[in-house]
This record gives sequence, structure tokens and C-alpha cells, in this order.
Amino acid sequence: MFTRRSDVPFDKDDTSRYLPWLIAFMVFLAALALASVFVLGHVAANWDRGLSDTLTVQLPSGEDTKTDERRAAAAMDLLKKTSGIERADLLDRKQVAELLEPWLGPATGNSDLPLPQVINVEIDGSLELDVAGLETELRAVVPGATIDDHRIWMDGFIRSLHAVEALGILVFIFVAIATVGTIVFATRTGLGLHRETIEVLHLIGARDSYIAGQFATRSMFLGLRGSLIGILAAVPVLLGIGLLVNSLDSGFLPKMELTAAGWTAIALLLPTTAIVAWITARITVVRTLNRRL
Amino acid sequence: MDEVVRFENVGLRYGLGPEVLQDVTFSLTPGSFHFLMGASGAGKSSLMKLMYLALRPTRGIVSLFGREVAMVPRDGLPALRRQIGVVFQEFRLLTHQTAFDNVALPLRIAGRRESEVRKHVEELLAWVGLQDHMEAKPETLSGGQQQRVAIARAVITRPKLLLADEPTGNVDDRIAARLLHLFEELNKLGTTIVIATHSKVLAGETGHPILRLEDGHLEVVEQDAVLTRGVPRGTSQGASIAPPLSPGVEE
Ligand SMILES: Nc1ncnc2c1ncn2[C@@H]1O[C@H](COP(=O)(O)OP(=O)(O)O)[C@@H](O)[C@H]1O
Ligand SMILES: [Mg+2]
Repeated sequence: MFTRRSDVPFDKDDTSRYLPWLIAFMVFLAALALASVFVLGHVAANWDRGLSDTLTVQLPSGEDTKTDERRAAAAMDLLKKTSGIERADLLDRKQVAELLEPWLGPATGNSDLPLPQVINVEIDGSLELDVAGLETELRAVVPGATIDDHRIWMDGFIRSLHAVEALGILVFIFVAIATVGTIVFATRTGLGLHRETIEVLHLIGARDSYIAGQFATRSMFLGLRGSLIGILAAVPVLLGIGLLVNSLDSGFLPKMELTAAGWTAIALLLPTTAIVAWITARITVVRTLNRRL
Repeated sequence: MDEVVRFENVGLRYGLGPEVLQDVTFSLTPGSFHFLMGASGAGKSSLMKLMYLALRPTRGIVSLFGREVAMVPRDGLPALRRQIGVVFQEFRLLTHQTAFDNVALPLRIAGRRESEVRKHVEELLAWVGLQDHMEAKPETLSGGQQQRVAIARAVITRPKLLLADEPTGNVDDRIAARLLHLFEELNKLGTTIVIATHSKVLAGETGHPILRLEDGHLEVVEQDAVLTRGVPRGTSQGASIAPPLSPGVEE
């Protein structure tokens, strides 16, 4: 089964040494590109669902505590009356200080620094809430109040996630084209190296398809070997990156994980590469031989 | 019946060089046996290459089996070539394959079943005296043994036309006689044969007509078979050693 008899002495040429490594490298890149596409797609989908149901209302700090309290009460009143809002929570000074800590430093809570007041609002995602209208109403009660609609920010963020995803797909396509090009080049080189043998086969009555079949079979095995190496190299790298990213535990980021679909896609690189190598070599041989006697 | 080979005013030159063949006109009828003679460099191999479709003429018309070669589309060439057995001057064996695989090649290319292939190839290799070298790579064989592998490969499909370029150049007289006998047997089975040689001895033994090449021109010389000092056919060899040839490949 594994003693492949070939009429063309492929073992004696260099392509069998360098081609698998080139293919391995490209399959490795393709696996990373695929993984990024799947991970980002997964992240975007989950984020969409998780965080889009909240708003943050910010009230500017007044001259004194009494003004602050009055403004907070007025804003809370308005929010509770508005339909589509499920709950509204006024954060106390300590919580706000915690939120601002990354920007203002750990002493924020203890200082006399004027802090804005923050209200976390949960909305009913199924209802269309007029955020802009609500902001106008809120400003009538508390001048200078702002609403941070996460959706707007999220939309932008998810758009850029999708952009990176598209970049991954682009890289994948480029790598695929480069792989096909490499196989075409290696096959042409082989046709030149084995010109003598090919002529003898032709003179004995071999059809182009017979010779193409021999090149295709060998290209397929080189492709298999190369993609196996590439995939075996990519798996530990992907697992390592996964561990690293998730150990950062960056709170608001959803878990970065490669789904089963992602792993399947990477595994499918193996047969795909073999088939592409087979077809590419076959077409290259038939086309090239067509120009000979 | 159609002529097997027909040349009309064929000229051949390599690149911008002089014409190696000029106004070559001849035809071979089915079942004929010719020697192609001429000094070294006279153009014997070139003429053979035109017949086995490794070269196209620079002028004139070459026809094989009644078909004008220039008119045959590329995908029609394998069918023509499978009816031609060739013993190349430099053998052109596949050096990475065994003697067995080299001889099996034309049958495998023609898509024959492996069981059939094994039977025919083993018989023929035994007949040319290589039964103990079936698994040997060409480089481990002597020049004469390689030549016999090349001849076996050329005749294994029982071609309609056999072209042998200096097929006995590397073997001793006994083997040469035996190979000649193989060609005679094939000829009796209907194969048209052309053997290029510069050996007058070989050609003189049989009484077959001679295609003589000189200064690029070809003339056909009939030999009087009665006057030749040939090896008496069939007596020294015996009827039992008729070559075991597989049935011809039909396209
Ligand atoms: N591939 C080639 N390119 C250029 N000249 C060639 C080539 N092959 C043969 N020749 C020339 O053609 C002439 C005939 O050669 P060839 O047919 O091999 O003669 P022969 O077989 O009778 O010795 C010689 O002068 C040879 O140098
Ligand atoms: Mg010659």
C-alpha cells in the first residue's frame, strides 16, 4: 500500500525536501489566521449579547453635596418613570472612585476631588429605547448630564473586531494563493528536471494524464506531509496563546476561546491541502505538457 | 493495406544547421524487415526519431499507419506511439526502476491488469536470459543486459512497428544472433521491423533489404537472400524458444 511505484524518479530531486517545509510554514500561517477569525467571530457574537443592555448616566458634580443629592434624586425619578428601563442604580462615591481609579490613581476615594455621579441603568433589550430623547429630558432636569450608550461604543468596537476578522480572512486567502503558487513552481521545476523520463514515457505511449497523475500523486503526499507538520506546529502555539490571553483576565473581555468549529476548520486544512496540491500539480502538468511535442 | 511508414520528400535540419536528411522518400509495407545502414553520423538515429515521433520533419510528409503525422492532434499521438516499439540507441531505461518494472512499463501505460503484466514480463525476461536479474536496477546490469531489457520493453506489447537503433552494438555474437532471432520471430508474427546498424555482418546474415543513408540521401538496396551467409533460421535455435510475446495492444 505504501510502496508507491513511480515512473518518474522523484526521490532524486530536491523538491521533495523543500516543498513540505514551505507548505508546513504556510499551513501554520493559515491555521493562525483561521484561529483568529474563529476566535474574534466568537468574541463579537458573545459581546453583542452580553453588554448591550446597559446604559451609564453621568451627572456633573455640583458645588456642594446638597446639589449633588438633589440632582441625583431628580435623575433617578425621571429614569424610573421612563418605560423600557428595568432598573437604575446610583453608585456611591466609593464605587465611582473605583471606576475612576485606573485614570486618577488609588487615592481618588479619599480626596476631596469633585467626582461625577454615576447611575447604572439596565434596559429591556426587547424595547426600542430613544436614548437621545432620554438624554434631552435628562438635561432639562440636570444640566450637563450625559448618557453613555454602550451600544454606540460597542458597535464601533465590534466593527473593528470584524475588521480584524476580515484581515484574518485576507491573510488566509493570500497564504492559500502563495501555497498554490509554490506548488505550481515546484511542479514546473519537476517537469524540467525529469524532462528525459517524461519524453521516454511519452514515446512509449503515455498520455499527458498518465504523467500528470504521477506528479499529482506525489504532490498530494508532499502536501499531506507539509500540512501535517504545519498543523502539529500550530496547535501548541494556539493553545499557548489561549492560555496567555485568558490568564490576563481582563474583566470585561469575554473569554477568548477557539470553538470546536475552529478546531475542525484547522483540522480540515490537512485534507484540503492534499486535495489542492493534487489538483494544482495535475493542472500544471497538463498545461505545461500541452506546449511540448 | 496501408503502408506502415511513408516518407515523402522529407528533410530534417537541427536548428540552423545543414540538412541532415534531404528529400528522403520511401515506404515500408506491413510485415517488411529492413536494415538501416550508414556511417556514424549519417543520420540513422535522426531518421528513426522521425519514425517514432520524437522529431518532426522540417519539410516533407511523414505518414504512419496511413495517417499523416502532422495532421494528428496531440491527444491522438499516444495511440500511434503504442503501436510502435522502440529500442533507443542509449537504451533510455528508467534508472530508478527494476528490469521488471522497465519492461512492464508499456503494458502498465496501456492499462493492462497487473496479473497479466507479471506473467508476460516474467516470460519475456526469462526468454532474453534475464530471469535472474528481474529485480536488478539498470546500473547494476552490464551494457548487454541493459540492451536486452530495452529490447524486451520495446517488444512486450507486440507492436506493429519495431524500430531498433543499433540494438546489437553492446552484445557478443551469440547474443546478437539470439536477438536477431527474436526480431525474426516478431517479424513472422507480422511486425514491421527496421534495425539501424553500421554492422555489415549483422545485415548481411539475413538477406533483408537495406535502407542506405549517405550524404543525407536514402536509397533502398535489395539483397539477394540466397547469396547471404546467414545463420540457418530455426535450426540452431529450435522451435521451442519462440519468444513469449503478449498479444498486441489494441487502441
Ligand atoms: N540533437 C541534435 N542537434 C544537432 N545536431 C544533431 C542532433 N542529433 C544529431 N545531430 C547531427 O545530425 C547528424 C546525424 O546524426 P545521427 O542521426 O545521430 O546519426 P547516426 O545515428 O547515423 O550516427 C550528425 O551530424 C549529428 O551531429
Ligand atoms: Mg545513431
